Amino acid sequence: MTLSISLTINGVRRTVELDDPRVTLLDLLRERLDLTGTKKGCDRGQCGACTVLVDGRRINSCLALAVSHDGAEILTIEGLAHGDALHPVQAAFIAHDGFQCGFCTPGQIMSAVGLIREGQAGADPERVREGMSGNLCRCGAYAGITAAVLDAQELIDSVERRAAE
Amino acid sequence: MNRFDYVRPATVAEAVAAASEPGAAYLAAGTNLLDLMKGGISRPPRLVDITHLPGLDQVERLSDGAWRIGALVRNADLAHDPDFAADYPAVAEALLSGASAQLRNAATVGGNLLQRTRCAYFYDPASACNKRRPGTGCDARDGENQAHAVLGWSEGCIATHPSDFCVPLVALDAVVEIEGRAGRREIALDTLHRLPGDAPERDSVLGPGDLIIAVRLPAEAAAFAAHARYLKLRERTSYAFAVVSAAAALRLDGGTIREARLALGGVAAKPWRARAAEQVLAGEAPTPEAYRRAAEVALADAQPSGDNAVKIELARRIVTRALALAAAGTPDRVPALPGSCFSPVPGALHAV
Repeated sequence: MTLSISLTINGVRRTVELDDPRVTLLDLLRERLDLTGTKKGCDRGQCGACTVLVDGRRINSCLALAVSHDGAEILTIEGLAHGDALHPVQAAFIAHDGFQCGFCTPGQIMSAVGLIREGQAGADPERVREGMSGNLCRCGAYAGITAAVLDAQELIDSVERRAAE
Repeated sequence: MNRFDYVRPATVAEAVAAASEPGAAYLAAGTNLLDLMKGGISRPPRLVDITHLPGLDQVERLSDGAWRIGALVRNADLAHDPDFAADYPAVAEALLSGASAQLRNAATVGGNLLQRTRCAYFYDPASACNKRRPGTGCDARDGENQAHAVLGWSEGCIATHPSDFCVPLVALDAVVEIEGRAGRREIALDTLHRLPGDAPERDSVLGPGDLIIAVRLPAEAAAFAAHARYLKLRERTSYAFAVVSAAAALRLDGGTIREARLALGGVAAKPWRARAAEQVLAGEAPTPEAYRRAAEVALADAQPSGDNAVKIELARRIVTRALALAAAGTPDRVPALPGSCFSPVPGALHAV
Protein backbone atom coordinates (compact mmCIF):
# COMPACT_ATOMS: atom_id res chain seq x y z
CA MET A 1 0.00 0.00 0.00
CA THR A 2 1.37 3.42 -0.90
CA LEU A 3 0.66 6.29 1.44
CA SER A 4 0.66 9.74 -0.06
CA ILE A 5 1.46 12.66 2.23
CA SER A 6 1.99 16.34 1.69
CA LEU A 7 4.69 18.28 3.54
CA THR A 8 6.00 21.81 3.31
CA ILE A 9 9.77 21.49 3.71
CA ASN A 10 11.84 24.67 3.99
CA GLY A 11 9.01 26.59 2.37
CA VAL A 12 8.51 24.22 -0.56
CA ARG A 13 5.38 22.11 -0.69
CA ARG A 14 6.11 18.51 -1.60
CA THR A 15 3.99 15.44 -2.11
CA VAL A 16 5.72 12.30 -0.94
CA GLU A 17 4.72 8.73 -1.73
CA LEU A 18 5.60 6.37 1.11
CA ASP A 19 5.74 2.66 0.33
CA ASP A 20 6.17 1.84 4.03
CA PRO A 21 4.62 3.51 7.11
CA ARG A 22 7.75 2.78 9.15
CA VAL A 23 9.70 5.67 7.59
CA THR A 24 10.62 8.24 10.21
CA LEU A 25 10.70 11.93 9.43
CA LEU A 26 14.50 11.75 9.83
CA ASP A 27 14.92 8.94 7.31
CA LEU A 28 12.54 10.65 4.90
CA LEU A 29 14.63 13.82 5.00
CA ARG A 30 18.00 12.10 4.74
CA GLU A 31 17.42 9.04 2.61
CA ARG A 32 14.61 10.06 0.30
CA LEU A 33 14.78 13.84 -0.02
CA ASP A 34 18.58 14.23 0.11
CA LEU A 35 18.41 16.69 3.00
CA THR A 36 21.37 15.23 4.86
CA GLY A 37 22.05 18.26 7.04
CA THR A 38 19.80 16.74 9.71
CA LYS A 39 21.96 14.14 11.43
CA LYS A 40 21.23 10.66 12.73
CA GLY A 41 23.00 10.20 16.06
CA CYS A 42 21.37 7.73 18.42
CA ASP A 43 18.12 7.34 16.39
CA ARG A 44 16.33 6.84 19.75
CA GLY A 45 15.49 10.36 20.93
CA GLN A 46 18.42 10.69 23.31
CA CYS A 47 20.98 12.89 21.55
CA GLY A 48 19.10 15.64 19.68
CA ALA A 49 21.23 15.47 16.49
CA CYS A 50 18.03 15.00 14.44
CA THR A 51 16.26 18.10 15.77
CA VAL A 52 14.06 19.91 13.24
CA LEU A 53 11.18 22.35 13.59
CA VAL A 54 7.73 20.93 12.87
CA ASP A 55 5.05 23.60 12.66
CA GLY A 56 7.53 25.95 14.33
CA ARG A 57 8.40 23.64 17.25
CA ARG A 58 11.61 21.67 17.77
CA ILE A 59 11.20 17.90 17.95
CA ASN A 60 13.34 14.78 17.50
CA SER A 61 12.70 13.71 13.90
CA CYS A 62 13.96 10.18 14.66
CA LEU A 63 10.94 9.52 16.90
CA ALA A 64 8.35 10.89 14.47
CA LEU A 65 6.66 8.79 11.80
CA ALA A 66 6.60 10.74 8.54
CA VAL A 67 3.13 9.46 7.66
CA SER A 68 1.71 10.86 10.88
CA HIS A 69 2.94 14.37 9.99
CA ASP A 70 0.86 14.69 6.84
CA GLY A 71 0.25 18.41 6.24
CA ALA A 72 3.05 19.61 8.52
CA GLU A 73 5.51 22.41 7.87
CA ILE A 74 9.11 21.31 8.39
CA LEU A 75 12.16 23.54 8.81
CA THR A 76 15.58 21.90 8.61
CA ILE A 77 19.09 23.30 8.85
CA GLU A 78 19.12 23.66 5.03
CA GLY A 79 16.23 26.11 5.21
CA LEU A 80 17.69 28.43 7.82
CA ALA A 81 20.00 30.75 5.87
CA HIS A 82 18.76 33.19 3.23
CA GLY A 83 21.20 32.58 0.39
CA ASP A 84 24.62 33.52 1.73
CA ALA A 85 23.12 35.39 4.69
CA LEU A 86 23.39 33.13 7.71
CA HIS A 87 20.68 32.93 10.33
CA PRO A 88 21.77 34.78 13.51
CA VAL A 89 22.10 31.47 15.37
CA GLN A 90 24.38 30.07 12.65
CA ALA A 91 26.53 33.22 12.73
CA ALA A 92 26.70 33.13 16.53
CA PHE A 93 27.85 29.49 16.55
CA ILE A 94 30.75 30.49 14.28
CA ALA A 95 31.56 33.61 16.31
CA HIS A 96 31.61 31.68 19.59
CA ASP A 97 33.20 28.49 18.29
CA GLY A 98 30.14 26.48 19.37
CA PHE A 99 31.33 23.20 17.88
CA GLN A 100 34.30 20.95 17.31
CA CYS A 101 33.58 17.92 15.12
CA GLY A 102 30.31 19.47 13.96
CA PHE A 103 28.13 16.35 13.93
CA CYS A 104 25.71 17.62 16.58
CA THR A 105 25.77 21.19 15.23
CA PRO A 106 22.72 21.15 12.90
CA GLY A 107 20.65 19.72 15.76
CA GLN A 108 22.13 22.20 18.23
CA ILE A 109 21.34 25.11 15.90
CA MET A 110 17.78 23.97 15.17
CA SER A 111 17.23 23.38 18.88
CA ALA A 112 18.53 26.89 19.64
CA VAL A 113 16.20 28.39 17.03
CA GLY A 114 13.33 26.52 18.68
CA LEU A 115 14.43 27.62 22.15
CA ILE A 116 14.53 31.28 21.12
CA ARG A 117 11.07 31.01 19.56
CA GLU A 118 9.73 29.45 22.76
CA GLY A 119 10.83 32.57 24.61
CA GLN A 120 11.33 30.91 28.00
CA ALA A 121 15.07 31.27 28.56
CA GLY A 122 15.69 35.01 28.24
CA ALA A 123 19.23 36.09 29.08
CA ASP A 124 19.62 33.47 31.84
CA PRO A 125 22.49 31.06 30.97
CA GLU A 126 21.06 28.48 33.41
CA ARG A 127 17.74 28.47 31.53
CA VAL A 128 19.59 28.25 28.20
CA ARG A 129 21.60 25.24 29.39
CA GLU A 130 18.47 23.57 30.76
CA GLY A 131 16.55 24.33 27.55
CA MET A 132 19.37 22.89 25.43
CA SER A 133 19.82 19.72 27.52
CA GLY A 134 18.20 17.58 24.84
CA ASN A 135 21.22 18.13 22.58
CA LEU A 136 24.36 16.22 23.49
CA CYS A 137 27.82 17.26 22.25
CA ARG A 138 30.48 14.65 22.80
CA CYS A 139 33.23 17.16 22.04
CA GLY A 140 32.02 19.23 24.97
CA ALA A 141 31.51 22.52 23.13
CA TYR A 142 28.78 23.50 25.57
CA ALA A 143 30.38 26.74 26.78
CA GLY A 144 30.56 28.10 23.23
CA ILE A 145 27.06 26.81 22.45
CA THR A 146 25.57 28.58 25.48
CA ALA A 147 27.36 31.83 24.60
CA ALA A 148 26.17 31.56 20.99
CA VAL A 149 22.54 30.99 21.99
CA LEU A 150 22.58 33.95 24.40
CA ASP A 151 24.16 36.20 21.79
CA ALA A 152 21.79 35.15 19.01
CA GLN A 153 18.81 35.63 21.28
CA GLU A 154 19.93 39.15 22.16
CA LEU A 155 20.43 40.00 18.49
CA ILE A 156 17.04 38.58 17.46
CA ASP A 157 15.34 40.40 20.35
CA SER A 158 16.92 43.74 19.40
CA VAL A 159 15.95 43.33 15.74
CA GLU A 160 12.38 42.53 16.79
CA ARG A 161 12.34 45.52 19.16
CA ARG A 162 13.49 47.81 16.35
CA ALA A 163 10.86 46.37 14.01
CA ALA A 164 8.17 47.02 16.61
CA GLU A 165 9.19 50.65 17.12
CA MET B 1 10.92 -2.36 13.57
CA ASN B 2 8.15 -4.79 12.65
CA ARG B 3 5.84 -4.18 9.73
CA PHE B 4 2.41 -2.85 10.72
CA ASP B 5 -0.82 -1.63 9.24
CA TYR B 6 -1.24 2.10 9.56
CA VAL B 7 -4.76 3.31 10.30
CA ARG B 8 -5.80 6.93 10.66
CA PRO B 9 -9.35 7.10 12.05
CA ALA B 10 -11.48 10.23 11.69
CA THR B 11 -13.45 9.85 14.91
CA VAL B 12 -12.93 8.51 18.43
CA ALA B 13 -15.49 5.76 17.74
CA GLU B 14 -13.55 4.65 14.65
CA ALA B 15 -10.33 4.74 16.65
CA VAL B 16 -11.72 2.53 19.41
CA ALA B 17 -13.07 0.04 16.87
CA ALA B 18 -9.75 -0.07 14.99
CA ALA B 19 -7.69 -0.47 18.17
CA SER B 20 -9.86 -3.26 19.57
CA GLU B 21 -8.12 -5.72 17.22
CA PRO B 22 -5.63 -8.00 19.03
CA GLY B 23 -2.22 -6.38 19.41
CA ALA B 24 -3.22 -3.02 17.95
CA ALA B 25 -1.66 0.06 19.56
CA TYR B 26 -2.57 3.72 19.56
CA LEU B 27 0.03 6.08 18.13
CA ALA B 28 0.17 9.62 19.47
CA ALA B 29 3.56 11.39 19.28
CA GLY B 30 5.31 8.03 19.40
CA THR B 31 8.18 9.30 21.56
CA ASN B 32 8.04 6.13 23.65
CA LEU B 33 6.28 3.70 21.31
CA LEU B 34 8.61 4.20 18.32
CA ASP B 35 11.61 3.79 20.62
CA LEU B 36 10.14 0.50 21.87
CA MET B 37 9.39 -0.63 18.30
CA LYS B 38 12.91 0.21 17.10
CA GLY B 39 14.25 -2.00 19.87
CA GLY B 40 11.85 -4.83 19.05
CA ILE B 41 10.31 -4.57 22.53
CA SER B 42 6.84 -3.69 21.16
CA ARG B 43 5.67 -5.29 17.91
CA PRO B 44 2.13 -4.07 17.27
CA PRO B 45 0.66 -5.42 14.02
CA ARG B 46 -1.45 -2.29 13.67
CA LEU B 47 -0.93 1.35 14.64
CA VAL B 48 -4.00 3.50 15.09
CA ASP B 49 -2.83 7.10 14.61
CA ILE B 50 -4.93 9.34 16.86
CA THR B 51 -2.97 12.55 16.25
CA HIS B 52 -5.47 13.77 13.66
CA LEU B 53 -8.56 13.22 15.84
CA PRO B 54 -10.36 16.52 16.44
CA GLY B 55 -11.07 18.01 19.86
CA LEU B 56 -8.51 16.18 22.01
CA ASP B 57 -5.94 18.98 22.18
CA GLN B 58 -7.72 21.51 24.40
CA VAL B 59 -6.86 22.73 27.90
CA GLU B 60 -10.02 24.18 29.41
CA ARG B 61 -11.40 25.33 32.74
CA LEU B 62 -14.85 23.83 33.26
CA SER B 63 -17.78 25.70 34.77
CA ASP B 64 -17.20 24.06 38.18
CA GLY B 65 -13.60 25.31 38.24
CA ALA B 66 -12.05 21.93 37.39
CA TRP B 67 -9.48 21.74 34.58
CA ARG B 68 -9.84 19.34 31.70
CA ILE B 69 -6.75 18.47 29.68
CA GLY B 70 -7.25 16.73 26.36
CA ALA B 71 -5.23 13.57 25.82
CA LEU B 72 -3.39 15.06 22.83
CA VAL B 73 -2.24 18.24 24.59
CA ARG B 74 1.54 18.39 24.30
CA ASN B 75 3.49 18.30 27.56
CA ALA B 76 5.16 21.66 26.81
CA ASP B 77 1.87 23.39 26.00
CA LEU B 78 0.33 22.33 29.29
CA ALA B 79 3.39 23.31 31.33
CA HIS B 80 3.52 26.75 29.69
CA ASP B 81 -0.22 27.49 29.95
CA PRO B 82 0.02 30.36 32.46
CA ASP B 83 -3.48 29.93 33.94
CA PHE B 84 -3.07 26.20 34.35
CA ALA B 85 0.40 26.59 35.87
CA ALA B 86 -0.93 29.19 38.31
CA ASP B 87 -3.53 26.72 39.63
CA TYR B 88 -1.29 23.61 39.54
CA PRO B 89 2.33 24.76 39.77
CA ALA B 90 3.67 21.38 40.90
CA VAL B 91 2.22 19.80 37.75
CA ALA B 92 3.97 22.38 35.56
CA GLU B 93 7.24 21.89 37.45
CA ALA B 94 7.02 18.10 37.11
CA LEU B 95 6.36 18.36 33.38
CA LEU B 96 9.32 20.69 32.87
CA SER B 97 11.61 18.43 34.91
CA GLY B 98 10.95 15.56 32.52
CA ALA B 99 12.69 14.56 29.28
CA SER B 100 14.02 17.29 26.96
CA ALA B 101 12.44 20.32 25.34
CA GLN B 102 12.17 18.44 22.02
CA LEU B 103 10.39 15.50 23.66
CA ARG B 104 8.08 17.75 25.69
CA ASN B 105 7.10 19.56 22.47
CA ALA B 106 5.98 16.26 20.96
CA ALA B 107 4.89 13.99 23.82
CA THR B 108 1.22 14.02 24.75
CA VAL B 109 -0.66 13.91 28.04
CA GLY B 110 -2.20 10.51 27.29
CA GLY B 111 1.11 9.11 26.11
CA ASN B 112 2.87 10.29 29.25
CA LEU B 113 0.42 8.33 31.41
CA LEU B 114 0.86 5.17 29.34
CA GLN B 115 4.64 5.29 28.80
CA ARG B 116 6.38 2.09 29.75
CA THR B 117 9.07 1.43 32.31
CA ARG B 118 12.67 2.27 31.45
CA CYS B 119 13.98 -0.86 33.23
CA ALA B 120 17.09 -1.81 31.20
CA TYR B 121 16.11 -5.50 31.23
CA PHE B 122 12.67 -4.69 29.81
CA TYR B 123 14.50 -2.80 27.05
CA ASP B 124 16.92 -5.64 26.29
CA PRO B 125 15.32 -8.43 24.23
CA ALA B 126 18.15 -10.77 25.25
CA SER B 127 17.21 -10.49 28.95
CA ALA B 128 14.50 -12.37 30.81
CA CYS B 129 11.60 -10.05 31.55
CA ASN B 130 8.13 -10.98 32.78
CA LYS B 131 6.77 -7.63 31.66
CA ARG B 132 7.99 -8.05 28.07
CA ARG B 133 7.52 -11.83 27.84
CA PRO B 134 5.32 -13.23 30.62
CA GLY B 135 6.72 -16.25 32.38
CA THR B 136 10.35 -15.80 31.30
CA GLY B 137 11.64 -14.50 34.64
CA CYS B 138 13.24 -11.26 35.76
CA ASP B 139 16.93 -10.60 35.15
CA ALA B 140 16.67 -7.34 37.10
CA ARG B 141 16.37 -9.28 40.38
CA ASP B 142 20.01 -10.37 40.22
CA GLY B 143 21.19 -7.59 37.95
CA GLU B 144 21.86 -3.87 38.07
CA ASN B 145 18.87 -2.91 40.17
CA GLN B 146 19.92 0.18 42.12
CA ALA B 147 17.18 2.22 40.43
CA HIS B 148 14.40 -0.34 40.84
CA ALA B 149 11.27 -0.37 42.97
CA VAL B 150 11.17 -0.26 46.76
CA LEU B 151 7.38 -0.22 47.11
CA GLY B 152 4.65 -2.45 45.66
CA TRP B 153 7.02 -4.74 43.74
CA SER B 154 6.61 -8.47 43.32
CA GLU B 155 8.93 -11.43 42.81
CA GLY B 156 8.02 -11.25 39.14
CA CYS B 157 8.80 -7.59 38.48
CA ILE B 158 10.66 -4.76 40.22
CA ALA B 159 10.30 -2.12 37.50
CA THR B 160 9.21 1.47 38.21
CA HIS B 161 6.85 3.81 36.39
CA PRO B 162 8.99 6.60 34.93
CA SER B 163 6.53 9.51 34.67
CA ASP B 164 7.14 12.78 36.53
CA PHE B 165 3.82 14.30 35.40
CA CYS B 166 1.77 11.52 37.03
CA VAL B 167 3.25 12.14 40.49
CA PRO B 168 1.62 15.53 41.27
CA LEU B 169 -1.45 14.47 39.26
CA VAL B 170 -2.07 11.53 41.56
CA ALA B 171 -1.40 13.70 44.62
CA LEU B 172 -4.07 16.13 43.40
CA ASP B 173 -6.76 13.48 42.74
CA ALA B 174 -6.66 13.59 38.94
CA VAL B 175 -9.38 11.70 37.07
CA VAL B 176 -8.90 9.94 33.72
CA GLU B 177 -11.65 9.93 31.07
CA ILE B 178 -11.59 6.76 28.98
CA GLU B 179 -13.51 5.85 25.84
CA GLY B 180 -13.89 2.12 25.31
CA ARG B 181 -16.00 -0.40 23.48
CA ALA B 182 -18.71 -0.03 26.15
CA GLY B 183 -18.68 3.77 26.00
CA ARG B 184 -17.22 6.47 28.25
CA ARG B 185 -16.05 5.89 31.81
CA GLU B 186 -13.95 7.71 34.40
CA ILE B 187 -11.46 6.38 36.90
CA ALA B 188 -9.14 7.96 39.45
CA LEU B 189 -5.61 8.22 38.05
CA ASP B 190 -4.48 6.45 41.23
CA THR B 191 -6.27 3.32 39.97
CA LEU B 192 -5.05 3.50 36.33
CA HIS B 193 -1.63 1.90 36.84
CA ARG B 194 -1.34 -1.63 38.24
CA LEU B 195 1.16 -3.04 40.65
CA PRO B 196 2.90 -6.00 39.02
CA GLY B 197 1.65 -8.85 41.22
CA ASP B 198 1.72 -11.99 39.08
CA ALA B 199 0.81 -10.16 35.85
CA PRO B 200 3.55 -7.54 35.32
CA GLU B 201 2.83 -7.49 31.58
CA ARG B 202 -0.27 -5.44 32.37
CA ASP B 203 0.87 -1.89 33.22
CA SER B 204 -2.64 -0.50 33.58
CA VAL B 205 -6.27 -1.47 33.96
CA LEU B 206 -7.03 -0.45 30.36
CA GLY B 207 -8.39 -3.13 28.03
CA PRO B 208 -8.24 -3.56 24.24
CA GLY B 209 -9.49 -0.45 22.47
CA ASP B 210 -9.57 1.72 25.60
CA LEU B 211 -8.50 5.26 24.70
CA ILE B 212 -7.64 7.99 27.19
CA ILE B 213 -9.63 11.05 26.14
CA ALA B 214 -8.72 13.55 28.86
CA VAL B 215 -7.36 14.07 32.34
CA ARG B 216 -9.28 16.22 34.82
CA LEU B 217 -8.02 18.01 37.90
CA PRO B 218 -10.65 18.98 40.47
CA ALA B 219 -11.14 22.64 41.38
CA GLU B 220 -10.32 21.87 45.05
CA ALA B 221 -6.78 20.91 44.07
CA ALA B 222 -6.06 24.55 43.16
CA ALA B 223 -6.31 25.37 46.89
CA PHE B 224 -2.75 24.02 47.19
CA ALA B 225 -1.35 26.40 44.55
CA ALA B 226 0.52 28.64 47.01
CA HIS B 227 2.48 25.72 48.50
CA ALA B 228 3.09 23.07 45.85
CA ARG B 229 6.40 21.68 44.57
CA TYR B 230 7.87 18.77 42.67
CA LEU B 231 11.37 17.61 43.54
CA LYS B 232 13.36 15.00 41.67
CA LEU B 233 16.69 13.34 42.34
CA ARG B 234 18.41 12.11 39.17
CA GLU B 235 21.84 11.01 38.09
CA ARG B 236 22.38 14.19 36.09
CA THR B 237 20.83 17.61 36.55
CA SER B 238 18.67 17.58 33.43
CA TYR B 239 17.20 15.13 30.92
CA ALA B 240 17.15 12.08 33.18
CA PHE B 241 14.51 9.93 34.83
CA ALA B 242 13.97 10.18 38.56
CA VAL B 243 15.88 7.96 40.95
CA VAL B 244 13.29 9.16 43.45
CA SER B 245 10.92 12.11 43.29
CA ALA B 246 8.13 13.67 45.34
CA ALA B 247 5.21 15.99 44.78
CA ALA B 248 4.26 17.88 47.94
CA ALA B 249 1.32 20.25 48.34
CA LEU B 250 0.15 21.97 51.52
CA ARG B 251 -2.84 24.04 52.53
CA LEU B 252 -1.53 26.25 55.33
CA ASP B 253 -3.59 28.23 57.77
CA GLY B 254 -1.40 30.46 59.89
CA GLY B 255 0.99 28.13 61.65
CA THR B 256 -0.93 24.94 60.88
CA ILE B 257 -1.06 22.49 58.00
CA ARG B 258 -4.78 22.16 57.24
CA GLU B 259 -4.32 19.58 54.51
CA ALA B 260 -1.35 17.89 52.85
CA ARG B 261 -0.90 15.99 49.62
CA LEU B 262 2.08 13.78 48.96
CA ALA B 263 3.07 11.35 46.20
CA LEU B 264 6.33 9.72 45.23
CA GLY B 265 7.83 8.85 41.85
CA GLY B 266 10.51 6.37 40.84
CA VAL B 267 9.71 4.05 43.75
CA ALA B 268 7.02 1.71 42.35
CA ALA B 269 5.26 0.51 39.20
CA LYS B 270 2.80 3.35 39.71
CA PRO B 271 2.89 6.91 41.00
CA TRP B 272 2.78 6.33 44.76
CA ARG B 273 0.27 8.32 46.78
CA ALA B 274 1.27 8.50 50.46
CA ARG B 275 -2.09 8.99 52.17
CA ALA B 276 -0.99 7.88 55.64
CA ALA B 277 1.79 10.48 55.55
CA GLU B 278 -0.72 13.14 54.53
CA GLN B 279 -2.76 12.28 57.64
CA VAL B 280 0.32 12.64 59.82
CA LEU B 281 0.80 16.20 58.59
CA ALA B 282 -2.81 17.38 58.93
CA GLY B 283 -3.16 19.67 61.94
CA GLU B 284 0.60 19.86 62.55
CA ALA B 285 2.83 22.89 62.43
CA PRO B 286 4.97 23.02 59.28
CA THR B 287 8.26 22.00 60.89
CA PRO B 288 11.20 19.81 59.77
CA GLU B 289 10.24 17.32 62.52
CA ALA B 290 6.75 16.95 61.06
CA TYR B 291 8.19 16.45 57.55
CA ARG B 292 10.57 13.78 58.82
CA ARG B 293 7.74 11.93 60.58
CA ALA B 294 5.70 12.08 57.39
CA ALA B 295 8.66 10.73 55.42
CA GLU B 296 9.04 7.83 57.86
CA VAL B 297 5.37 6.96 57.45
CA ALA B 298 5.48 7.34 53.65
CA LEU B 299 8.30 4.79 53.40
CA ALA B 300 7.17 2.54 56.27
CA ASP B 301 6.33 -0.35 53.92
CA ALA B 302 9.37 0.08 51.67
CA GLN B 303 11.60 -2.93 51.02
CA PRO B 304 14.71 -3.14 48.85
CA SER B 305 14.12 -5.23 45.72
CA GLY B 306 17.85 -5.70 45.23
CA ASP B 307 20.90 -3.54 45.75
CA ASN B 308 18.76 -0.48 46.29
CA ALA B 309 18.16 0.00 50.01
CA VAL B 310 19.69 3.45 49.51
CA LYS B 311 16.60 4.50 47.59
CA ILE B 312 14.48 4.18 50.72
CA GLU B 313 16.61 6.73 52.54
CA LEU B 314 16.83 8.91 49.43
CA ALA B 315 13.03 8.82 49.17
CA ARG B 316 12.66 9.86 52.82
CA ARG B 317 14.99 12.77 52.22
CA ILE B 318 13.27 13.85 49.00
CA VAL B 319 9.92 13.83 50.83
CA THR B 320 11.32 15.90 53.70
CA ARG B 321 12.91 18.39 51.31
CA ALA B 322 9.84 18.61 49.03
CA LEU B 323 7.62 19.38 52.03
CA ALA B 324 10.04 22.08 53.23
CA LEU B 325 10.09 23.63 49.76
CA ALA B 326 6.31 23.51 49.51
CA ALA B 327 5.93 25.14 52.93
CA ALA B 328 8.35 27.90 51.89
CA GLY B 329 5.95 28.78 49.08
CA THR B 330 5.56 28.20 45.36
CA PRO B 331 8.03 30.38 43.45
CA ASP B 332 6.58 33.02 41.09
CA ARG B 333 8.08 31.17 38.17
CA VAL B 334 9.20 27.58 37.67
CA PRO B 335 12.91 27.56 38.61
CA ALA B 336 15.60 27.56 35.92
CA LEU B 337 16.29 23.94 36.86
CA PRO B 338 12.77 22.53 37.40
CA GLY B 339 12.45 20.04 40.24
CA SER B 340 16.16 20.20 40.91
CA CYS B 341 17.63 19.19 44.25
CA PHE B 342 20.20 21.94 43.67
CA SER B 343 17.62 24.68 44.20
CA PRO B 344 18.24 26.29 47.58
CA VAL B 345 15.89 25.51 50.47
CA PRO B 346 15.10 28.59 52.53
CA GLY B 347 16.54 28.20 56.01
CA ALA B 348 18.20 24.88 55.25
CA LEU B 349 21.66 24.09 56.54
CA HIS B 350 22.66 21.55 53.91
CA ALA B 351 25.19 23.91 52.35
CA VAL B 352 26.94 24.62 55.66
